[in-house]
Amino acid sequence: MATIRNRRQVLPGFRFTLGFTVLYLSLIVLIPLAGLVVKTAGLTLPQFWDTVTSARVLASYRVSLLTAFFAALVNVVFGLLVAWVLVRYRFPGKKIVDGLIDLPFALPTAVAGIALTAIYAPNGWIGSLLEPLGIKVAYTPLGISVALVFIGLPFVVRTVQPVLQELEKDTEEAAVLLGAYRWRTFRKVLLPELVPPLLTGFALAFSRGIGEYGSVVFISGNMPMKTEITPLLIITKLEQYEYSQATAIALVLLLISFALLLLINSLQRWTNRRLRSA
Amino acid sequence: MAGAVTTVTELSAEQRPKHLNESRAVRITLITIALLFVGLVVVLPMITVIAQAFRKGWEAYVSAISEPDALSALRLTLLTALIAVPLNTLFGAAAAWAITKFRFRGKNLLITLIDLPFAVSPVISGLVYILLFGAQGLLGPWLIDHGYKIVFATPGIILATMFVTFPFVARELIPLMETQGTQDEEAAVSLGAKGWRIFFKVTLPNIKWGLLYGIILCNARAMGEFGAVSVVSGHIRGETNTLPLHIEILYNEYQYTASFAVASLLMLLAIVTLVVKGLIEGRLVRSRHKE
Repeated sequence: MATIRNRRQVLPGFRFTLGFTVLYLSLIVLIPLAGLVVKTAGLTLPQFWDTVTSARVLASYRVSLLTAFFAALVNVVFGLLVAWVLVRYRFPGKKIVDGLIDLPFALPTAVAGIALTAIYAPNGWIGSLLEPLGIKVAYTPLGISVALVFIGLPFVVRTVQPVLQELEKDTEEAAVLLGAYRWRTFRKVLLPELVPPLLTGFALAFSRGIGEYGSVVFISGNMPMKTEITPLLIITKLEQYEYSQATAIALVLLLISFALLLLINSLQRWTNRRLRSA
Repeated sequence: MAGAVTTVTELSAEQRPKHLNESRAVRITLITIALLFVGLVVVLPMITVIAQAFRKGWEAYVSAISEPDALSALRLTLLTALIAVPLNTLFGAAAAWAITKFRFRGKNLLITLIDLPFAVSPVISGLVYILLFGAQGLLGPWLIDHGYKIVFATPGIILATMFVTFPFVARELIPLMETQGTQDEEAAVSLGAKGWRIFFKVTLPNIKWGLLYGIILCNARAMGEFGAVSVVSGHIRGETNTLPLHIEILYNEYQYTASFAVASLLMLLAIVTLVVKGLIEGRLVRSRHKE
């Protein structure tokens, strides 16, 4: 142990790089986030509680959590399918499809937002097809979920893909040698291995969905109590100069995000352990 | 057994033994559903942007992207990326060096903290700077007394962008440099090389593709960020509008064609980013295996 430490200290620049890292991290991220907590501390506990549990705020949590949950669920199902097809089958244009999966990471959210609204508005390409069926997408919670499916897709595909690649052969080969049928192989052998990455992908997509703003504001219609997401409500409060209310709601959203981050970290460790032992 | 496994590994779907593959009908069905889903979710929005942008013809398109407000939004977007991306790159390289070349306590905590901005809603990323530098903020009164303006001005936009793009380069470099270890650098030290020389001559060639990968992703997000920038910008036309904010303003004024025309520029940026990313990925896999 000691020898390794000594050997590593041979390299220069430890103090300089670590010092710069901590300073920059503090200035850009930690101090501003701490400011949020300090500002909230200016509220008394009853004030804080009344703000974060008022009817309109509660409705916004419900909209944000439900739409993000539903979208993440859709992404788990179709993300697994897309990852499966990309890893296991050959078809023309596969490389391009694989590259396109990352588009939601690269495309500015505002662009996605206006494009999806144009598609699903009552006079849009898909919206006009659904209108006679009585299905409204744009300006409803369903529209919010559609935007969040777009945003969340790469999270699930990119988490499942490497695990599927690793697993692809060895465990399955063993199962086939034991005489299991395909569907049974999938259910009994592959699916248990895919649970950790699927859960990680779900949590990543869900967490991103709760905080998402740009792609949602255009399609959601932003009706208080019905289609108003929590991030939008924070902005609305800010625009009304209700700084302390905005801050209190933001703190709740931040705490939810941190809880999810901890969950994701432990899920990822689980996935990696499985990967290494496989 | 091990031998059999390796052979199967190298076979593609078509050549894989029958007992290890789904029937042709199942394969075609699954591929079709997957392609339809990707088409609906990812491709259709891209086609929509192009179709809407050119709905009123080429001239309307050109005038939408060359009007003064659009150009000033483009300038501000480029300026923001030009400051935020190099600073975050510098930070990413320093953080990766400290984390992967040395052992110290609290390393895992540091890695988690670096990832933090990814977990925070963009709206909150903007809000924190309002709370610090806004008129009612902690440092607001002091800034006003001394005539500095940070929020609702360019510095706030740059800060919010730095916050949301903070982890990109570090995230890419840390795992890459972790797998590469420290042998190359140690060899350089034993041959008498000093600090910066080691980094530029030994480390940099090993990590250049990973570094570039992080930079282009960081840049795409920096130029496209909407939520965080929206909170701190104040939406002053021709002054504190970036391209994504300009899209929103045009859209809310029912200038749909112009809005999509500007959006098509950002989509082009996204496509270029994806193509470059795809080109780098192949080289990155090779540099990851270099040990």
